[in-house]
Amino acid sequence: MPISFDATENTRLARDYYHRMAVEQMRPIASQYDEREHEAPKEWIDYFWKHGRRGPETHEGPGDGFVQVCIQAEELCWGDAALYLRMPTPALGGSAVAAAGTPEQKQRFLARFRGEGTPVWGAMAITESGAGSDAAAIEMTAELDGDEWVLNGTKIFCTSGEAASQCEGGFVVVWATVDRSAGRAGIKSFVVPALTPGMKLAGLEKKLGIRASDTATLIFEGCRVPKANLLGSAEVKKRGAKPTGDKGFKGAMATFDASRPIVAAMAVGVGRASLDFVLEELARQGVRIRYDASRFELGSVERDVMEMEAELQAARLLTWRAASMMTHGRPNNLEASMAKAKAGLAVTKITQKAVEILGPPGYSRKWLVEKWMRDGKINDIFEGTQQINQLIVARRILDYSSSALR
Amino acid sequence: MIDFEPSEEQQLIVETVRQFAANEVRPRARECCEARALPDDVLHHAHELGLVANALPEAWGGGGERSAVTGALVCEELARGDLSIALAILSPALIAFPVAAFGSEDQKRSLLPQFTGDRFVPGSLAIAEPRVRWDPFTPTTRARRDGDAYVLSGEKCFVPWLKGGSPVLVIAATDGEVHGFLVPRDADGLRATPERNMGLDALPTVELALDDVRVPASARLGDAAGADIRSLIHRGRVGLAAAAVGVARAAFEVARDYAKERHAFGAPIATKQAIAFLLADLAIEIDGARLLVWEAAWKLDRGEDATREAALASQQAQRVSLDAADGAVQVLGGHGYIRDYLPEMHLRNARGFSTFEALTLI
Repeated sequence: MPISFDATENTRLARDYYHRMAVEQMRPIASQYDEREHEAPKEWIDYFWKHGRRGPETHEGPGDGFVQVCIQAEELCWGDAALYLRMPTPALGGSAVAAAGTPEQKQRFLARFRGEGTPVWGAMAITESGAGSDAAAIEMTAELDGDEWVLNGTKIFCTSGEAASQCEGGFVVVWATVDRSAGRAGIKSFVVPALTPGMKLAGLEKKLGIRASDTATLIFEGCRVPKANLLGSAEVKKRGAKPTGDKGFKGAMATFDASRPIVAAMAVGVGRASLDFVLEELARQGVRIRYDASRFELGSVERDVMEMEAELQAARLLTWRAASMMTHGRPNNLEASMAKAKAGLAVTKITQKAVEILGPPGYSRKWLVEKWMRDGKINDIFEGTQQINQLIVARRILDYSSSALR
Repeated sequence: MIDFEPSEEQQLIVETVRQFAANEVRPRARECCEARALPDDVLHHAHELGLVANALPEAWGGGGERSAVTGALVCEELARGDLSIALAILSPALIAFPVAAFGSEDQKRSLLPQFTGDRFVPGSLAIAEPRVRWDPFTPTTRARRDGDAYVLSGEKCFVPWLKGGSPVLVIAATDGEVHGFLVPRDADGLRATPERNMGLDALPTVELALDDVRVPASARLGDAAGADIRSLIHRGRVGLAAAAVGVARAAFEVARDYAKERHAFGAPIATKQAIAFLLADLAIEIDGARLLVWEAAWKLDRGEDATREAALASQQAQRVSLDAADGAVQVLGGHGYIRDYLPEMHLRNARGFSTFEALTLI
């Protein structure tokens, strides 16, 4: 295929479908569930489970692969990022199962998401109070006892952790070490089904933004899961050992190559919400952006808006590129981190500038602009902070290992 | 389908130009800069690659494959070698592309064949003007109709002026419209004064004084039909943005390689996050700007209005090239400031993109 920025007919249908959903189902309740933190947006969850997850009618012919998934995320996050995160989907837990699971595991944990019944959620629990970006510092333990793994420890910042751990049929993918002395090589991931005894919801965070999305603390005390719930191999590779094709830690990390473009697309969605709003409001004020005005004529607001537009589009294209490489089955670790780093920063700058441009009403909670600024910032933090993604990009472009560039 | 892979043919062109730039252009960059002279052999070899001729109409001996996307790919690779030499190599495009796009049959016949022959013939375009409030869309250079002639008066600057060149395309205003005029270099009333700028040392440029220069009415680009100069300017912005990405990459690569070689406190400075993150940010911004350029070029190839995309790509690419060049000077420290290394030249060249933003290279 040659260089093209033309979406397929199927992608256009999907974009329209999710845009309508954003306008009709998400925007009207966005503010309400931001104000009522920790209250489940029931009508949205039900709507998505009954109708939304089916997706649009598609035509015969190709789609745009993972780019299309990014466009879907962008549209829905244009609607509301918190409600997007609150959708009943396998989410990151599902990505981990898809990336590192066996066909049997995929069937066992993911089929429920396609079935009837009540809504279900997946989640991923990595972060601990002493281990964030440095996942190798994880202290949570997993010990094999007969046919079961026994999990002990506390996880924080688990997105959809409440829904995934408390609603029948869901699951949480938990990262734990089977051998602390082995460092990263000892880190494995385990699927813990909802309502498993020993997994306890200990609390929900109060946050700057994305308040309709639950962010849970989960405590695991002698939590037992079947041996077959381990993703990847149980073997702990010794330092310097030959690669075995095991998808353990690396498999789990590879989840991020798939999820970072989605998070980047979320950021683009929130950024676009702000920018669209700014452009509409400026139009009401009689300000039109002149892309070919001389620098002496250009107003500072026009300049700001052009900068916002360029940042947003650069972020979007970097995101699509990373996604497109996935569609083609090409390694995209570098490009995924580039997209995530760029989009996280772009949405931060764009949403902050939007509040500035719109003056007092921009700062008021009567409008969603201030909310987008609070929501958007999460994209610069979760799924690898700005700095972690810079670090990954730096290692790749310099051809340094993680021990050479720490 | 949304896709980011150049076609096989484009990849072949890119690979050819990349090698040419690495093997023949880059090694001459410093010497040409210091000598303030172009390497004739390189220009002639580049001409043999047919980078401009391939894009000219087949009827006039060209390859008939003008594509803004391909042009952007070529611009980036050449500029990565050296911006002065790249602009010289592509200078025929400055007049040939506007004539191919808007010229009358007579204008095409008299001008285009020379650019598809065996010999390298440089081209020239006079658009910038030596004043603070210059804006490409509103030239103060005037063309006054006088019977069956136009009379041009005003001042131009940053006009590429390679020896043995064709006529110069002068952009001027007539009664509120903007037009191009094909002016012979030896026209009466035309005075060219070599100029010195901050950068682009190797590229000969002149300030042009037009003192009632008379040209026949048929010398107006497009003759009676005229030409859409605005679209030329937008297109020019995209090509130059691609070149800016090329300069950014050149500077980035010098900085990256230096940072891995240079030891301080017992380790390569690239292992320090202060340096590594600066390089990571540049890599991200360079790729982002490149994709904006591609999108703008792709829109041009579809014949759509690309005013907005060209402006955004141009603005981003200008900033990135300056950031990359400045970053490279910084990474090299004192070595970045001396002329033994290239970044000081990249910095001087990169700053120029805000001045010559409207040369039609693609």
